[in-house]
Amino acid sequence: MRINTLRRHMRESVKSLGRNGWMTFASISAVTVTLLLVGVFLVIMMNMNHFANKIESDVEIRVYIDVTANEKEKQALKAQIEAVPGVKDVQYSSKEQELQNLIKSFGEEGASFRLFEQDNPLSDVYVVKAAKPEDTGKIAKKIETFKFAHKVKYGQGQVEKLFKTLRVARNVGIGLIVGLLFTAMFLISNTIKITIFARRREIEIMRLVGATNGFIRWPFFLEGLWLGVVGAIVPIALISFVYYNLYTFLKPKVTVPFLQLLPVDPFMWQISAILLVLGACIGVWGSMMSVRKFLKV
Amino acid sequence: MIEMKDVYKTYPNGVIALNGISVRIKQGEFVYVVGPSGAGKSTFIKMMYREEKPTSGSIMVNGVNLAKMKDSRVPLLRRHIGVVFQDFKLLPKLTVYENVAFALEVIEESPKVIKKKVMEVLDLVGLKHKARFYPNELSGGEQQRVSIARSIVNSPKIVIADEPTGNLDPENSWGIMELFETINDRGTTIVMATHNREIVNTIKKRVIAIEGGKIVRDEVRGEYGYEN
Repeated sequence: MRINTLRRHMRESVKSLGRNGWMTFASISAVTVTLLLVGVFLVIMMNMNHFANKIESDVEIRVYIDVTANEKEKQALKAQIEAVPGVKDVQYSSKEQELQNLIKSFGEEGASFRLFEQDNPLSDVYVVKAAKPEDTGKIAKKIETFKFAHKVKYGQGQVEKLFKTLRVARNVGIGLIVGLLFTAMFLISNTIKITIFARRREIEIMRLVGATNGFIRWPFFLEGLWLGVVGAIVPIALISFVYYNLYTFLKPKVTVPFLQLLPVDPFMWQISAILLVLGACIGVWGSMMSVRKFLKV
Repeated sequence: MIEMKDVYKTYPNGVIALNGISVRIKQGEFVYVVGPSGAGKSTFIKMMYREEKPTSGSIMVNGVNLAKMKDSRVPLLRRHIGVVFQDFKLLPKLTVYENVAFALEVIEESPKVIKKKVMEVLDLVGLKHKARFYPNELSGGEQQRVSIARSIVNSPKIVIADEPTGNLDPENSWGIMELFETINDRGTTIVMATHNREIVNTIKKRVIAIEGGKIVRDEVRGEYGYEN
Protein backbone atom coordinates (compact mmCIF):
# COMPACT_ATOMS: atom_id res chain seq x y z
CA MET A 1 0.00 0.00 0.00
CA ARG A 2 1.18 3.47 -0.79
CA ILE A 3 2.08 5.88 2.00
CA ASN A 4 -0.44 8.36 0.64
CA THR A 5 -3.19 5.80 0.83
CA LEU A 6 -2.31 4.92 4.41
CA ARG A 7 -2.29 8.58 5.32
CA ARG A 8 -5.67 8.97 3.70
CA HIS A 9 -7.10 6.05 5.67
CA MET A 10 -5.68 7.49 8.90
CA ARG A 11 -7.20 10.88 8.20
CA GLU A 12 -10.57 9.40 7.31
CA SER A 13 -10.72 7.20 10.40
CA VAL A 14 -9.87 10.05 12.77
CA LYS A 15 -12.32 12.38 11.04
CA SER A 16 -15.04 9.81 11.45
CA LEU A 17 -14.35 9.50 15.18
CA GLY A 18 -14.94 13.23 15.51
CA ARG A 19 -18.04 13.21 13.35
CA ASN A 20 -19.75 10.56 15.49
CA GLY A 21 -18.67 12.20 18.73
CA TRP A 22 -21.21 10.72 21.12
CA MET A 23 -21.09 7.21 19.79
CA THR A 24 -17.32 7.38 19.85
CA PHE A 25 -17.51 8.48 23.47
CA ALA A 26 -19.95 5.67 24.30
CA SER A 27 -17.79 2.97 22.73
CA ILE A 28 -14.61 4.23 24.30
CA SER A 29 -16.38 4.31 27.67
CA ALA A 30 -17.58 0.76 27.14
CA VAL A 31 -14.05 -0.39 26.36
CA THR A 32 -12.74 1.57 29.34
CA VAL A 33 -15.21 0.05 31.80
CA THR A 34 -14.68 -3.42 30.41
CA LEU A 35 -10.93 -3.25 30.46
CA LEU A 36 -10.95 -1.69 33.91
CA LEU A 37 -12.92 -4.65 35.26
CA VAL A 38 -10.89 -7.13 33.25
CA GLY A 39 -7.71 -5.48 34.52
CA VAL A 40 -8.79 -5.60 38.16
CA PHE A 41 -9.79 -9.25 37.80
CA LEU A 42 -6.49 -10.03 36.15
CA VAL A 43 -4.52 -8.32 38.89
CA ILE A 44 -6.46 -10.15 41.62
CA MET A 45 -6.34 -13.49 39.85
CA MET A 46 -2.69 -13.35 39.00
CA ASN A 47 -1.82 -12.40 42.57
CA MET A 48 -4.01 -15.19 43.91
CA ASN A 49 -2.26 -17.57 41.60
CA HIS A 50 1.02 -16.25 42.86
CA PHE A 51 -0.02 -16.83 46.49
CA ALA A 52 -1.34 -20.25 45.61
CA ASN A 53 1.90 -21.23 43.92
CA LYS A 54 3.83 -20.09 46.94
CA ILE A 55 1.55 -22.04 49.28
CA GLU A 56 1.56 -25.02 46.99
CA SER A 57 5.32 -25.21 47.01
CA ASP A 58 5.18 -25.12 50.81
CA VAL A 59 2.88 -28.13 51.00
CA GLU A 60 4.80 -31.10 52.32
CA ILE A 61 4.06 -34.56 53.57
CA ARG A 62 5.47 -35.51 56.94
CA VAL A 63 6.02 -39.21 57.36
CA TYR A 64 6.55 -40.20 60.99
CA ILE A 65 8.83 -43.20 61.15
CA ASP A 66 7.88 -46.05 63.43
CA VAL A 67 10.13 -45.99 66.52
CA THR A 68 10.82 -49.70 66.18
CA ALA A 69 12.49 -49.26 62.78
CA ASN A 70 16.24 -49.79 62.70
CA GLU A 71 18.71 -47.99 60.45
CA LYS A 72 18.36 -50.48 57.59
CA GLU A 73 14.58 -50.40 57.66
CA LYS A 74 14.62 -46.59 57.63
CA GLN A 75 16.75 -46.68 54.50
CA ALA A 76 14.37 -49.17 52.92
CA LEU A 77 11.42 -46.91 53.69
CA LYS A 78 13.20 -43.95 52.13
CA ALA A 79 13.87 -45.92 48.96
CA GLN A 80 10.25 -47.01 48.91
CA ILE A 81 9.00 -43.43 49.21
CA GLU A 82 11.35 -42.20 46.54
CA ALA A 83 9.99 -44.86 44.22
CA VAL A 84 6.43 -43.48 44.47
CA PRO A 85 5.63 -41.70 41.20
CA GLY A 86 5.40 -37.91 41.56
CA VAL A 87 7.73 -37.63 44.54
CA LYS A 88 10.27 -34.87 44.03
CA ASP A 89 12.28 -34.84 47.18
CA VAL A 90 12.68 -36.77 50.46
CA GLN A 91 14.49 -35.18 53.42
CA TYR A 92 15.34 -36.93 56.66
CA SER A 93 14.82 -35.06 59.89
CA SER A 94 15.88 -36.79 63.12
CA LYS A 95 13.80 -36.49 66.27
CA GLU A 96 16.48 -34.25 67.81
CA GLN A 97 16.15 -31.82 64.91
CA GLU A 98 12.36 -31.97 65.19
CA LEU A 99 12.55 -30.99 68.84
CA GLN A 100 14.89 -28.11 68.09
CA ASN A 101 12.44 -26.87 65.42
CA LEU A 102 9.59 -27.13 67.86
CA ILE A 103 11.45 -25.20 70.54
CA LYS A 104 12.38 -22.52 68.05
CA SER A 105 8.85 -22.17 66.70
CA PHE A 106 7.51 -21.44 70.20
CA GLY A 107 10.04 -18.70 70.80
CA GLU A 108 10.56 -17.80 74.47
CA GLU A 109 8.07 -20.29 75.79
CA GLY A 110 9.81 -23.00 73.81
CA ALA A 111 12.36 -23.26 76.61
CA SER A 112 9.97 -25.43 78.60
CA PHE A 113 10.29 -28.13 75.94
CA ARG A 114 13.99 -28.40 76.74
CA LEU A 115 12.96 -30.90 79.43
CA PHE A 116 12.27 -33.39 76.69
CA GLU A 117 15.85 -33.24 75.44
CA GLN A 118 16.66 -36.05 77.86
CA ASP A 119 13.79 -38.27 76.83
CA ASN A 120 12.56 -37.23 73.39
CA PRO A 121 8.98 -38.40 72.73
CA LEU A 122 9.03 -37.33 69.05
CA SER A 123 9.64 -39.54 66.03
CA ASP A 124 12.14 -39.33 63.24
CA VAL A 125 10.51 -37.85 60.18
CA TYR A 126 10.82 -37.97 56.41
CA VAL A 127 9.71 -34.70 54.80
CA VAL A 128 8.37 -35.51 51.33
CA LYS A 129 7.68 -33.00 48.58
CA ALA A 130 5.54 -33.75 45.53
CA ALA A 131 6.59 -32.61 42.06
CA LYS A 132 3.01 -31.46 41.46
CA PRO A 133 1.33 -30.09 44.60
CA GLU A 134 -2.06 -31.43 43.45
CA ASP A 135 -0.70 -34.97 43.78
CA THR A 136 0.08 -34.50 47.46
CA GLY A 137 -3.04 -36.32 48.69
CA LYS A 138 -2.53 -39.30 46.41
CA ILE A 139 1.12 -39.69 47.36
CA ALA A 140 0.32 -39.43 51.07
CA LYS A 141 -2.26 -42.21 50.79
CA LYS A 142 0.25 -44.44 49.07
CA ILE A 143 2.92 -43.82 51.72
CA GLU A 144 0.44 -44.65 54.50
CA THR A 145 0.39 -48.23 53.29
CA PHE A 146 4.14 -48.69 53.75
CA LYS A 147 5.53 -50.59 56.73
CA PHE A 148 7.26 -48.41 59.34
CA ALA A 149 5.36 -45.34 58.15
CA HIS A 150 3.76 -44.78 61.50
CA LYS A 151 1.75 -41.67 60.61
CA VAL A 152 1.41 -39.47 57.53
CA LYS A 153 0.42 -35.80 57.79
CA TYR A 154 -0.01 -33.18 55.08
CA GLY A 155 -2.83 -30.88 56.23
CA GLN A 156 -5.47 -33.30 54.96
CA GLY A 157 -8.54 -31.62 53.52
CA GLN A 158 -7.17 -28.10 53.71
CA VAL A 159 -4.93 -28.45 50.69
CA GLU A 160 -7.77 -29.84 48.61
CA LYS A 161 -10.07 -27.08 49.78
CA LEU A 162 -7.55 -24.42 48.79
CA PHE A 163 -7.15 -25.82 45.30
CA LYS A 164 -10.89 -26.12 44.83
CA THR A 165 -11.50 -22.52 45.91
CA LEU A 166 -8.84 -21.29 43.54
CA ARG A 167 -10.30 -23.24 40.65
CA VAL A 168 -13.81 -21.90 41.24
CA ALA A 169 -12.56 -18.31 41.57
CA ARG A 170 -10.61 -18.65 38.36
CA ASN A 171 -13.59 -19.99 36.39
CA VAL A 172 -15.98 -17.35 37.67
CA GLY A 173 -13.44 -14.65 36.80
CA ILE A 174 -12.92 -15.97 33.29
CA GLY A 175 -16.67 -16.20 32.72
CA LEU A 176 -17.19 -12.60 33.78
CA ILE A 177 -14.33 -11.35 31.65
CA VAL A 178 -15.60 -13.10 28.52
CA GLY A 179 -19.08 -11.64 29.05
CA LEU A 180 -17.69 -8.14 29.45
CA LEU A 181 -15.51 -8.45 26.38
CA PHE A 182 -18.50 -9.39 24.27
CA THR A 183 -20.51 -6.44 25.56
CA ALA A 184 -17.77 -4.02 24.59
CA MET A 185 -17.40 -5.63 21.21
CA PHE A 186 -21.06 -5.25 20.38
CA LEU A 187 -21.02 -1.62 21.42
CA ILE A 188 -18.06 -0.95 19.15
CA SER A 189 -19.67 -2.84 16.32
CA ASN A 190 -22.75 -0.64 16.70
CA THR A 191 -20.69 2.53 16.64
CA ILE A 192 -18.98 1.47 13.45
CA LYS A 193 -22.35 0.57 11.97
CA ILE A 194 -23.49 4.15 12.53
CA THR A 195 -20.24 5.40 11.02
CA ILE A 196 -20.84 3.26 7.98
CA PHE A 197 -24.37 4.52 7.69
CA ALA A 198 -23.13 8.11 7.76
CA ARG A 199 -20.68 7.29 5.02
CA ARG A 200 -22.78 4.98 2.88
CA ARG A 201 -22.92 7.47 0.01
CA GLU A 202 -19.17 7.71 0.01
CA ILE A 203 -18.90 3.93 0.05
CA GLU A 204 -21.41 3.65 -2.78
CA ILE A 205 -19.30 6.00 -4.90
CA MET A 206 -16.12 4.20 -3.92
CA ARG A 207 -17.62 0.96 -5.18
CA LEU A 208 -18.78 2.62 -8.41
CA VAL A 209 -15.36 3.95 -9.28
CA GLY A 210 -13.68 0.64 -8.56
CA ALA A 211 -12.32 0.70 -5.00
CA THR A 212 -11.60 -2.78 -3.70
CA ASN A 213 -13.33 -4.02 -0.55
CA GLY A 214 -9.99 -4.01 1.19
CA PHE A 215 -9.55 -0.32 0.46
CA ILE A 216 -13.05 0.48 1.70
CA ARG A 217 -12.50 -1.54 4.85
CA TRP A 218 -9.27 0.12 5.97
CA PRO A 219 -10.66 3.32 7.55
CA PHE A 220 -13.19 1.28 9.55
CA PHE A 221 -10.51 -1.13 10.65
CA LEU A 222 -8.44 1.80 11.90
CA GLU A 223 -11.45 3.42 13.54
CA GLY A 224 -12.11 0.25 15.53
CA LEU A 225 -8.46 0.08 16.45
CA TRP A 226 -8.48 3.66 17.77
CA LEU A 227 -11.63 3.03 19.80
CA GLY A 228 -10.04 0.00 21.44
CA VAL A 229 -6.63 1.51 22.05
CA VAL A 230 -7.92 4.82 23.38
CA GLY A 231 -10.34 2.90 25.59
CA ALA A 232 -7.40 0.99 27.08
CA ILE A 233 -5.47 4.07 28.18
CA VAL A 234 -7.53 5.02 31.25
CA PRO A 235 -7.68 1.48 32.71
CA ILE A 236 -3.94 1.05 32.20
CA ALA A 237 -3.12 4.33 33.89
CA LEU A 238 -5.57 3.82 36.75
CA ILE A 239 -4.63 0.24 37.51
CA SER A 240 -0.90 0.98 37.34
CA PHE A 241 -1.28 3.96 39.65
CA VAL A 242 -3.40 2.15 42.24
CA TYR A 243 -1.33 -1.01 42.14
CA TYR A 244 1.93 0.88 42.48
CA ASN A 245 0.68 2.69 45.57
CA LEU A 246 -0.85 -0.44 47.05
CA TYR A 247 2.38 -2.32 46.49
CA THR A 248 4.64 0.31 48.07
CA PHE A 249 2.17 0.69 50.96
CA LEU A 250 1.87 -3.04 51.71
CA LYS A 251 5.41 -4.17 51.04
CA PRO A 252 6.93 -3.13 54.39
CA LYS A 253 3.85 -4.30 56.34
CA VAL A 254 3.39 -7.81 55.02
CA THR A 255 6.09 -10.08 56.36
CA VAL A 256 4.59 -13.45 55.53
CA PRO A 257 6.55 -14.48 52.46
CA PHE A 258 3.72 -16.13 50.53
CA LEU A 259 1.39 -13.13 50.89
CA GLN A 260 3.70 -10.73 49.03
CA LEU A 261 2.16 -9.02 45.97
CA LEU A 262 3.75 -9.52 42.58
CA PRO A 263 6.45 -6.86 42.08
CA VAL A 264 5.34 -3.80 40.10
CA ASP A 265 8.10 -3.86 37.56
CA PRO A 266 7.41 -6.76 35.29
CA PHE A 267 3.81 -7.24 36.43
CA MET A 268 2.37 -3.82 35.53
CA TRP A 269 4.06 -3.93 32.11
CA GLN A 270 2.49 -7.31 31.50
CA ILE A 271 -0.97 -6.14 32.58
CA SER A 272 -0.68 -2.99 30.45
CA ALA A 273 0.35 -4.99 27.41
CA ILE A 274 -2.52 -7.44 27.92
CA LEU A 275 -5.07 -4.62 28.27
CA LEU A 276 -3.75 -2.77 25.23
CA VAL A 277 -3.85 -5.87 23.06
CA LEU A 278 -7.31 -6.78 24.36
CA GLY A 279 -8.56 -3.25 23.61
CA ALA A 280 -7.13 -3.35 20.09
CA CYS A 281 -8.61 -6.80 19.47
CA ILE A 282 -12.15 -5.99 20.59
CA GLY A 283 -12.02 -2.72 18.64
CA VAL A 284 -10.91 -4.34 15.42
CA TRP A 285 -13.16 -7.33 15.83
CA GLY A 286 -16.20 -5.16 16.53
CA SER A 287 -15.59 -3.00 13.49
CA MET A 288 -14.88 -5.93 11.17
CA MET A 289 -18.14 -7.59 12.23
CA SER A 290 -20.23 -4.67 11.09
CA VAL A 291 -18.24 -3.93 7.93
CA ARG A 292 -18.46 -7.52 6.79
CA LYS A 293 -22.23 -7.45 6.80
CA PHE A 294 -22.24 -4.17 4.91
CA LEU A 295 -19.85 -5.14 2.16
CA LYS A 296 -21.71 -8.31 1.27
CA VAL A 297 -23.49 -7.68 -2.02
CA MET B 1 -17.82 -4.07 -26.67
CA ILE B 2 -20.92 -5.25 -24.86
CA GLU B 3 -22.75 -8.40 -25.84
CA MET B 4 -25.75 -9.88 -24.01
CA LYS B 5 -27.14 -13.31 -24.81
CA ASP B 6 -30.49 -14.53 -23.51
CA VAL B 7 -30.28 -12.54 -20.34
CA TYR B 8 -33.02 -13.16 -17.78
CA LYS B 9 -33.35 -11.48 -14.44
CA THR B 10 -35.84 -12.36 -11.73
CA TYR B 11 -35.53 -10.46 -8.45
CA PRO B 12 -35.88 -12.36 -5.16
CA ASN B 13 -39.35 -10.83 -4.67
CA GLY B 14 -40.52 -12.54 -7.89
CA VAL B 15 -40.47 -9.52 -10.20
CA ILE B 16 -39.24 -10.45 -13.67
CA ALA B 17 -37.15 -7.48 -14.81
CA LEU B 18 -35.49 -8.90 -17.91
CA ASN B 19 -37.16 -11.57 -19.98
CA GLY B 20 -34.66 -12.80 -22.57
CA ILE B 21 -32.47 -9.98 -23.82
CA SER B 22 -29.87 -10.39 -26.54
CA VAL B 23 -28.03 -7.36 -27.85
CA ARG B 24 -24.67 -6.29 -29.23
CA ILE B 25 -23.15 -2.86 -28.73
CA LYS B 26 -19.95 -2.20 -30.62
CA GLN B 27 -16.99 -0.18 -29.33
CA GLY B 28 -17.53 3.54 -29.99
CA GLU B 29 -21.32 3.34 -30.41
CA PHE B 30 -23.76 5.82 -28.87
CA VAL B 31 -26.93 4.07 -27.70
CA TYR B 32 -30.14 5.41 -26.15
CA VAL B 33 -32.14 3.03 -24.01
CA VAL B 34 -35.79 4.07 -23.90
CA GLY B 35 -39.01 2.62 -22.56
CA PRO B 36 -41.72 3.22 -19.98
CA SER B 37 -40.89 3.27 -16.27
CA GLY B 38 -40.55 -0.19 -14.77
CA ALA B 39 -39.90 -1.80 -18.15
CA GLY B 40 -36.46 -3.05 -17.11
CA LYS B 41 -34.29 -0.18 -18.38
CA SER B 42 -32.50 0.31 -15.10
CA THR B 43 -31.87 -3.39 -14.62
CA PHE B 44 -30.57 -3.59 -18.19
CA ILE B 45 -28.13 -0.80 -17.47
CA LYS B 46 -27.11 -2.15 -14.07
CA MET B 47 -26.19 -5.46 -15.69
CA MET B 48 -23.43 -3.74 -17.65
CA TYR B 49 -21.44 -2.59 -14.65
CA ARG B 50 -22.48 -5.60 -12.62
CA GLU B 51 -24.54 -3.87 -10.05
CA GLU B 52 -26.93 -6.76 -10.72
CA LYS B 53 -26.15 -10.32 -11.77
CA PRO B 54 -28.31 -12.06 -14.38
CA THR B 55 -30.38 -15.05 -13.29
CA SER B 56 -29.32 -16.73 -16.53
CA GLY B 57 -27.61 -15.81 -19.77
CA SER B 58 -24.25 -14.24 -20.46
CA ILE B 59 -23.00 -10.65 -20.56
CA MET B 60 -19.65 -10.04 -22.20
CA VAL B 61 -18.03 -6.68 -21.47
CA ASN B 62 -14.54 -6.08 -22.86
CA GLY B 63 -14.20 -9.84 -23.36
CA VAL B 64 -15.17 -10.87 -19.81
CA ASN B 65 -18.37 -12.69 -18.90
CA LEU B 66 -19.93 -10.70 -16.07
CA ALA B 67 -22.37 -13.50 -15.25
CA LYS B 68 -19.45 -15.66 -14.13
CA MET B 69 -17.25 -12.92 -12.73
CA LYS B 70 -16.12 -13.29 -9.12
CA ASP B 71 -17.18 -10.54 -6.73
CA SER B 72 -13.55 -9.75 -6.02
CA ARG B 73 -12.99 -8.86 -9.70
CA VAL B 74 -15.84 -6.35 -9.87
CA PRO B 75 -13.73 -3.34 -8.72
CA LEU B 76 -11.32 -3.96 -11.60
CA LEU B 77 -14.20 -4.02 -14.07
CA ARG B 78 -15.55 -0.75 -12.71
CA ARG B 79 -12.24 0.96 -13.39
CA HIS B 80 -12.93 0.50 -17.09
CA ILE B 81 -16.53 1.67 -16.97
CA GLY B 82 -17.69 5.17 -16.12
CA VAL B 83 -21.13 5.55 -14.55
CA VAL B 84 -23.24 8.73 -14.45
CA PHE B 85 -26.51 9.11 -12.55
CA GLN B 86 -29.51 11.38 -12.53
CA ASP B 87 -28.68 12.59 -9.00
CA PHE B 88 -24.95 13.18 -9.74
CA LYS B 89 -23.77 11.30 -6.63
CA LEU B 90 -21.18 13.88 -5.64
CA LEU B 91 -19.76 14.11 -2.13
CA PRO B 92 -20.98 17.42 -0.66
CA LYS B 93 -18.02 17.94 1.64
CA LEU B 94 -15.43 17.67 -1.14
CA THR B 95 -14.58 20.33 -3.69
CA VAL B 96 -15.03 19.79 -7.44
CA TYR B 97 -11.38 18.89 -7.73
CA GLU B 98 -11.52 16.48 -4.79
CA ASN B 99 -14.67 14.82 -6.08
CA VAL B 100 -13.00 13.98 -9.36
CA ALA B 101 -9.69 13.07 -7.71
CA PHE B 102 -11.61 10.69 -5.42
CA ALA B 103 -12.04 8.24 -8.30
CA LEU B 104 -8.28 8.08 -8.74
CA GLU B 105 -7.42 8.09 -5.04
CA VAL B 106 -9.41 4.96 -4.36
CA ILE B 107 -7.48 3.11 -7.05
CA GLU B 108 -4.27 4.39 -5.47
CA GLU B 109 -2.99 6.52 -8.31
CA SER B 110 0.02 8.71 -7.49
CA PRO B 111 -0.66 12.37 -6.56
CA LYS B 112 1.22 13.61 -9.59
CA VAL B 113 -0.83 11.59 -12.04
CA ILE B 114 -4.03 12.48 -10.17
CA LYS B 115 -3.36 16.20 -10.51
CA LYS B 116 -2.59 15.96 -14.20
CA LYS B 117 -5.58 13.80 -15.10
CA VAL B 118 -8.07 15.73 -12.98
CA MET B 119 -7.09 19.07 -14.48
CA GLU B 120 -7.35 17.56 -17.96
CA VAL B 121 -10.90 16.32 -17.52
CA LEU B 122 -12.02 19.47 -15.72
CA ASP B 123 -10.76 21.36 -18.73
CA LEU B 124 -12.69 19.04 -21.01
CA VAL B 125 -15.98 19.59 -19.15
CA GLY B 126 -15.28 23.32 -18.94
CA LEU B 127 -15.02 23.60 -15.15
CA LYS B 128 -11.33 24.19 -14.62
CA HIS B 129 -12.04 27.62 -13.15
CA LYS B 130 -14.42 26.13 -10.58
CA ALA B 131 -12.10 23.42 -9.27
CA ARG B 132 -12.19 24.82 -5.73
CA PHE B 133 -15.96 25.18 -5.56
CA TYR B 134 -18.20 22.89 -3.56
CA PRO B 135 -21.06 21.04 -5.29
CA ASN B 136 -23.76 23.19 -3.61
CA GLU B 137 -22.15 26.29 -5.12
CA LEU B 138 -22.73 24.95 -8.64
CA SER B 139 -25.79 24.72 -10.89
CA GLY B 140 -27.32 21.33 -11.66
CA GLY B 141 -25.72 21.27 -15.08
CA GLU B 142 -22.33 22.03 -13.63
CA GLN B 143 -22.72 19.33 -11.00
CA GLN B 144 -23.55 16.82 -13.69
CA ARG B 145 -20.43 17.91 -15.58
CA VAL B 146 -18.38 17.19 -12.46
CA SER B 147 -19.89 13.73 -12.19
CA ILE B 148 -19.16 13.11 -15.88
CA ALA B 149 -15.60 14.30 -15.32
CA ARG B 150 -15.30 11.79 -12.50
CA SER B 151 -16.69 8.99 -14.67
CA ILE B 152 -14.17 9.56 -17.48
CA VAL B 153 -11.09 10.45 -15.45
CA ASN B 154 -9.96 6.82 -15.60
CA SER B 155 -10.25 6.91 -19.42
CA PRO B 156 -12.86 4.12 -19.48
CA LYS B 157 -13.87 2.41 -22.72
CA ILE B 158 -17.53 2.59 -21.79
CA VAL B 159 -19.62 5.28 -20.11
CA ILE B 160 -23.03 4.25 -18.79
CA ALA B 161 -25.51 6.99 -17.97
CA ASP B 162 -28.82 6.46 -16.19
CA GLU B 163 -31.06 9.43 -17.09
CA PRO B 164 -28.25 11.98 -16.85
CA THR B 165 -30.53 14.86 -17.88
CA GLY B 166 -33.44 13.81 -15.69
CA ASN B 167 -32.85 16.58 -13.13
CA LEU B 168 -31.77 19.33 -15.53
CA ASP B 169 -33.52 22.11 -17.40
CA PRO B 170 -33.48 21.90 -21.23
CA GLU B 171 -30.58 24.33 -21.65
CA ASN B 172 -28.31 22.39 -19.31
CA SER B 173 -29.46 19.13 -20.86
CA TRP B 174 -28.22 20.18 -24.28
CA GLY B 175 -24.89 21.14 -22.79
CA ILE B 176 -24.56 17.75 -21.18
CA MET B 177 -25.45 16.03 -24.46
CA GLU B 178 -22.78 17.99 -26.26
CA LEU B 179 -20.31 16.78 -23.70
CA PHE B 180 -21.39 13.17 -24.21
CA GLU B 181 -20.94 13.58 -27.95
CA THR B 182 -17.43 14.92 -27.41
CA ILE B 183 -16.60 11.91 -25.23
CA ASN B 184 -18.15 9.60 -27.82
CA ASP B 185 -16.07 11.21 -30.57
CA ARG B 186 -12.94 10.17 -28.69
CA GLY B 187 -13.98 6.52 -29.17
CA THR B 188 -15.78 5.87 -25.89
CA THR B 189 -18.93 3.74 -26.02
CA ILE B 190 -21.92 5.50 -24.50
CA VAL B 191 -25.03 3.76 -23.23
CA MET B 192 -27.65 6.18 -21.97
CA ALA B 193 -31.06 5.47 -20.52
CA THR B 194 -33.33 8.45 -21.02
CA HIS B 195 -36.88 9.75 -20.95
CA ASN B 196 -35.99 12.89 -22.93
CA ARG B 197 -37.94 12.69 -26.15
CA GLU B 198 -36.57 15.87 -27.66
CA ILE B 199 -32.96 14.83 -27.22
CA VAL B 200 -33.47 11.38 -28.73
CA ASN B 201 -35.35 12.81 -31.71
CA THR B 202 -32.85 15.61 -32.31
CA ILE B 203 -29.44 14.02 -31.72
CA LYS B 204 -30.12 10.89 -33.73
CA LYS B 205 -28.40 7.75 -32.48
CA ARG B 206 -29.17 4.06 -32.12
CA VAL B 207 -32.28 3.52 -30.00
CA ILE B 208 -33.04 0.37 -28.02
CA ALA B 209 -36.58 0.26 -26.65
CA ILE B 210 -37.33 -2.04 -23.73
CA GLU B 211 -40.83 -3.03 -22.65
CA GLY B 212 -41.78 -5.81 -20.24
CA GLY B 213 -38.19 -6.92 -19.94
CA LYS B 214 -37.77 -7.44 -23.68
CA ILE B 215 -36.22 -5.44 -26.50
CA VAL B 216 -39.17 -4.40 -28.65
CA ARG B 217 -37.30 -2.12 -31.03
CA ASP B 218 -33.67 -1.61 -32.00
CA GLU B 219 -33.04 1.00 -34.69
CA VAL B 220 -29.98 2.80 -35.97
CA ARG B 221 -30.78 6.54 -35.89
CA GLY B 222 -34.14 5.78 -34.26
CA GLU B 223 -36.94 7.85 -32.76
CA TYR B 224 -38.03 8.11 -29.12
CA GLY B 225 -41.41 6.67 -30.07
CA TYR B 226 -43.40 7.36 -26.86
CA GLU B 227 -45.78 10.13 -26.03
CA ASN B 228 -44.91 11.96 -22.84
